[in-house]
Amino acid sequence: MAQLTMVQAICDALQVALEEMPEVLLLGEDIGKNGGVFRATDGLWEQFGDERVIDTPLAEAGIIGSSIGLAVNGFKPVAEVQFLTFIYPAFEQIISHVARLHTRTQGAFPNSIVIRAPYGGGIRAPELHSDSTETFFVHTPGLKVVVPSTPSDAKGLLLAAIKQPDPVIFLEPMKLYRAFKEDVPTGWYEIPLGSARLVQTGTDVTILAWGAMVPVAIQGASECGKSGISCEVIDLRTLDPVDEETIIQSVTKTGRVVIVQEAPRTLGLASELMAMIQEQAFYSLEAPMVRITSYDVPVPMYALEDEFRPTADKVAQAVYKVVQEGGK
Amino acid sequence: MIQWVTPDGKLTKQGLQHWSKFSSDEKREWLRFMILTRQFDRRAILLQRQGRIGTYAPLEGQEAAQIGSSMALHSEDWVFPSYREHGVALKVGMPISQVFLYWMGRVEGCKPPEGVRLMPPTVPIATQIPQAVGAAWASKLRKETFVSVVYFGDGATSEGDFHEGLNFSGVFKLPVIFFCQNNGYAISVPFSRQSASATIAERAKAYQIPGVLVDGNDVFAVRGVMEEAINRARNGDGPTLIEAVTYRKGSHTTADDATRYRPSDEVKEWIEERDPVERWKTCLLHEGFISLEEVESWTHYCDEQVDHGIKEAEASTPALATHLFEHVYHQVSRKLLRQKTECETREIPWLN
Ligand SMILES: Cc1ncc(C[n+]2csc(CCOP(=O)(O)OP(=O)(O)O)c2C)c(N)n1
Ligand SMILES: [Mg+2]
Repeated sequence: MAQLTMVQAICDALQVALEEMPEVLLLGEDIGKNGGVFRATDGLWEQFGDERVIDTPLAEAGIIGSSIGLAVNGFKPVAEVQFLTFIYPAFEQIISHVARLHTRTQGAFPNSIVIRAPYGGGIRAPELHSDSTETFFVHTPGLKVVVPSTPSDAKGLLLAAIKQPDPVIFLEPMKLYRAFKEDVPTGWYEIPLGSARLVQTGTDVTILAWGAMVPVAIQGASECGKSGISCEVIDLRTLDPVDEETIIQSVTKTGRVVIVQEAPRTLGLASELMAMIQEQAFYSLEAPMVRITSYDVPVPMYALEDEFRPTADKVAQAVYKVVQEGGK
Repeated sequence: MIQWVTPDGKLTKQGLQHWSKFSSDEKREWLRFMILTRQFDRRAILLQRQGRIGTYAPLEGQEAAQIGSSMALHSEDWVFPSYREHGVALKVGMPISQVFLYWMGRVEGCKPPEGVRLMPPTVPIATQIPQAVGAAWASKLRKETFVSVVYFGDGATSEGDFHEGLNFSGVFKLPVIFFCQNNGYAISVPFSRQSASATIAERAKAYQIPGVLVDGNDVFAVRGVMEEAINRARNGDGPTLIEAVTYRKGSHTTADDATRYRPSDEVKEWIEERDPVERWKTCLLHEGFISLEEVESWTHYCDEQVDHGIKEAEASTPALATHLFEHVYHQVSRKLLRQKTECETREIPWLN
């Protein structure tokens, strides 16, 4: 065990992967000598050299397109996109090729690529650095989408993502990169993709969250706890495939749902979760489900970002609402 | 590489040939704007350290490239900047307070005063390049005389948008000037890792447009080659790619630490021997166009201007949460109105 922040845990995972899997290559902008703009690859270029930790030219389509060519030849590219908002030049490569190569070649060629990207707001970053666009990737069949919210999850999920064969979009909440340290197991260790984490058990309301919204959900839940409302908090960890079993089990128990989503409201993951719950657990529901999200406006520059993002207060308010509505 | 003033402030042979093309007032003006730009930049870094503005992208070292190029523009010309062109912004008429507002995380800082054809800073690398091509296209289609200038860095030349923009401009022969400040690095990545070509200027050849390599720390030469490129554009002779070789003296942004990736003797050389402001100052002093006292009083005056800009920015009315909903569409939808009410009342309305 070692006490690590999330960004250190990610660096640790990459180090372990480079050590144990000779086919792993890291590609990205400023990931070499500079160790990544967030230091997620700190020291790896020194340790593994220029052929395994590769500073590329500034070209996202180039990074992801060439990762495909490397992957079909047996390499395991782990590409870093410096910020999720800069992934768009590579969108075509991801949507049209990474996601469907396996389908199109009926498995003849491996498309085993992990794309890491810091994302989300809350750190007063410059303009156009703070979007939460996980929906684009969840919406695209053929991609797995992972979002850790703790250091040890980040390491275990990243190693699992690197080990398993499907392409993975691995989104790292910048707000949590250095938010806290915790014990992280040393060496190789995995958390299987597709399993949610039960953060706290409760009986009255199920709160679903992922990424930087997990601490917000926890804070909202503890606020409500003071009024005697017992919240179950679930960290999805993997957005696709989502852990339907854990969610439905919880909803069946509590009958009430609040979803906390950092992205704007329309067609965010919350809408899909609400549809899925409605399809699978409608008769367990005792109140309408509520989603707390950002507004449907462009992510603002940082002066207004606190007004834009979901807060623990809003979560608590939503919990009170669904409890009242259920006639508790 | 075109150079009209040597790093120690002496006119070269070509410099002498072009010397009389520009009036002494103009030459003094270049220095004044370079000083304003530098004083602005230094204050911005201090403000960031004090938490009064957010992460900031410093430009010190690139004043000659920015001022030399923007001095050649007319007010009808379009400017498409990256995120580091504060000198250009100030020159073309952006108030100091507005530039500060932008770095204070206020969207108001994106909007230039009426009549200033300056696009907001561009954060996603190279995306402004094809946009500038479109503005130049409008000039050609309307048979107008304005030109379009786009600023970008060496790193931007690796993105597809750079190549698409250059290609369009060659095919349609458009009045656009591609102004690349090659400051040697894209964050930590040196140009040698960005491209195997020796220069950026030589890429122009493949698109059949002129490519010009100029000493970007020589304000006189930059002003001169920009003039020629603009004349070509206005006369219907199409685009030009200019590579201005320069150096950012500081870090990429206030969140970056350039000592991790740049050799200290390289930095030292650029700071001590190739400073663009010192070079032009020395030249003008030598030619008897200015006095040290004048430079001092200009610097003092620029500091006052910057002070004033900060005061104005900090005194502006705070951003309101409901501003989030303004200007998203020309007409607000039902959905957004509902969300605006939610934001104002801090109530979740849809359960009532
Ligand atoms: C599409 C895109 N990818 C990555 C980034 C992150 N980023 C910001 S600045 C920068 C380097 C740009 O270098 P250069 O074009 O040389 O301009 P300079 O900063 O040196 O002025 C990078 C990689 C970005 N803003 N946009
Ligand atoms: Mg550069």
